[in-house]
Amino acid sequence: MNKVYNNRAWWLILPMLILVAFSAVIPLMTVVNYSVQDVFDANTRFFTGTEWFKEMLNDPTLHAALARQFAFSLTVLAIEVPLGIGIALIMPKKGWQASAILILVTMPLLIPWNVVGSIWQIFTRGDIGLMGWGLRELGYGYNITASPVDAWATIILMDVWHWTPLIALLCYSGLRSIPDAYYQAARIDRASKWAVFRYIQLPKLTNVLVIGVLLRFMHSFMIYAEPFVLTGGGPGSSTTFLSQSLTTMAIGQQDLGPSAAFSLIYFLIILLVTWVFYTAIMNMQKDDNNKEA
Amino acid sequence: MAEITLKSLAHTYLPDPQSPEDYAIREMNHVWHQGGAYALLGPSGCGKSTLLNIISGLLEPSSGEVLFDGEMVNSLPPEARNIAQVFQFPVIYDTMTVYDNLAFPLRNVRTPEARVHERVMEVADVLELTGQLKRKAKNLTADEKQKVSMGRGLVRDDVSAILFDEPLTVIDPQLKWKLRRKLKEIHQRFAITMVYVTHDQLEASTFADKIAVMYEGQVVQFGTPRELFETPNHTFVGYFIGSPGMNFFEVTTQGDAVMSGDVTLTVSDSVRAAIGKARSHNVKLGIRPEFVEVHDKPVVGGMEVVVDHAQDLGTYSILYLMLGDMPLKARIEEDQVTPKGKAWLRFPDERIGLYVDEFRVEIDHE
Repeated sequence: MNKVYNNRAWWLILPMLILVAFSAVIPLMTVVNYSVQDVFDANTRFFTGTEWFKEMLNDPTLHAALARQFAFSLTVLAIEVPLGIGIALIMPKKGWQASAILILVTMPLLIPWNVVGSIWQIFTRGDIGLMGWGLRELGYGYNITASPVDAWATIILMDVWHWTPLIALLCYSGLRSIPDAYYQAARIDRASKWAVFRYIQLPKLTNVLVIGVLLRFMHSFMIYAEPFVLTGGGPGSSTTFLSQSLTTMAIGQQDLGPSAAFSLIYFLIILLVTWVFYTAIMNMQKDDNNKEA
Repeated sequence: MAEITLKSLAHTYLPDPQSPEDYAIREMNHVWHQGGAYALLGPSGCGKSTLLNIISGLLEPSSGEVLFDGEMVNSLPPEARNIAQVFQFPVIYDTMTVYDNLAFPLRNVRTPEARVHERVMEVADVLELTGQLKRKAKNLTADEKQKVSMGRGLVRDDVSAILFDEPLTVIDPQLKWKLRRKLKEIHQRFAITMVYVTHDQLEASTFADKIAVMYEGQVVQFGTPRELFETPNHTFVGYFIGSPGMNFFEVTTQGDAVMSGDVTLTVSDSVRAAIGKARSHNVKLGIRPEFVEVHDKPVVGGMEVVVDHAQDLGTYSILYLMLGDMPLKARIEEDQVTPKGKAWLRFPDERIGLYVDEFRVEIDHE
């Protein structure tokens, strides 16, 4: 094929550039703008350079919130991914049962975050909540406003309930797209159930799982409404995650400079983790010609 | 190694079959001998794949028996049957290397790794995959992938038969003949029973020693490519094998004459006698275009036909003719004169087939 080189073709990316500028770059730059200044009022401001960033990076409360955030995200991923795969594997493949189960599984995904928080808030109340009351009747002194363990367990349970269906649905669609011949060939090759899962189903699920894990990581890392409604970040600050710390700082205390710096760091962490994860997965799939057979 | 016998085998996908049409496989008996190269030929939907899946155990037949070396295997799952099957679309284990793919069936039964290595190397050598062994299987081309799926069948030394379900569908035409030759080579080297399903008569006749032609859930003929061509057992075989297919005329006897519609056919007494004996209203005469004698001048016993047009195919031509209101085709070689307007035909006696209720009936030529 004859390729014509013409640098004016660069102009063709202009519409995209404008679009991205309005959707991402300009909003982000306003945050960057705040993060390097100390703003008192409309006319009074001081340039602070990297001062806010240094302050944020050295703030022990934020360190604690960040640690909690990672602990939370990794825990829910570790539970939701295997559980979602498991559910997808046992979901019926055809007939009215398949449709019925699909609807049932999808249900939690349709409920808004705030509502999920409220549902679980009521569900876990000791006096009228089914779970709270039930656990107490069974002799366990369940109390999410007093026990950090109870609060954590409940938040994780709530997230698992809310979001495992997403992984299950993605995996279900991935499993449906595997042609029958693969299973037939595996039977003829005398593969065990585990081998079928390991060498046929799991590899075919890689793509949907990458999407699933990325979505769940980003989502869970930004979680706000559900724990806020359920525990308000307590008891103490045991369930205060990053976005709640940020909200307190930006809205509650009107510390625009530090919150802007904090937002950028927050954003970069998500970007970094996502990028590392994605690159690692893509590298795993590469052909390794140097490996010994 | 095994001889595969199908005994009064029938299969239906319906829970409550009423008529023969409800059966994907109509009751049949068949034997695939040990070490043979067979093709199962038929149009789409004739039950070829169903039959293959019954042999491999992916399907359990509704009735009848599948016997391997005289032993009934109906209820045995595929994994217990020592059968390998290659599918229409290459099945490979994406995440594994070519080596691991080939080793997979052996490792599943815990073969010692030294033995695995030996077998994999041997099979890779035959399939010309040695250079690819360390590559991830998913990065291979379609024909290489199909070779890997075949290799997984060959690598097992307990395999009694390999079944191929239209394995060359996704392969480029120029690679098809190469793979087909490879298959032939493998067959000769390993002496494994091979059953090859296809709807392509050329593929079937280049691969197989004997071809089973399937039509509407039945094997209508089982024979060498030559037998299928020269003495088709069923009108469908006549029509399906050969290019173009056989000419058929519905015939009746009226006094001494053999009539097809309004046209009198000139045939020998023995053919006429045989038609007279048929106890059915469905009587046909068939003759292959290759065997029709074409003359550009009137000849003794010649039937006059109108030449509609001729199709030049290089070394030979196909003539499209009208005998009365019946179309028929004849093949003439390139050195023969192509008749214009009118032609005179003779049907050589020994080349005519008589078909009663679609099945061939032997003509007694005294």
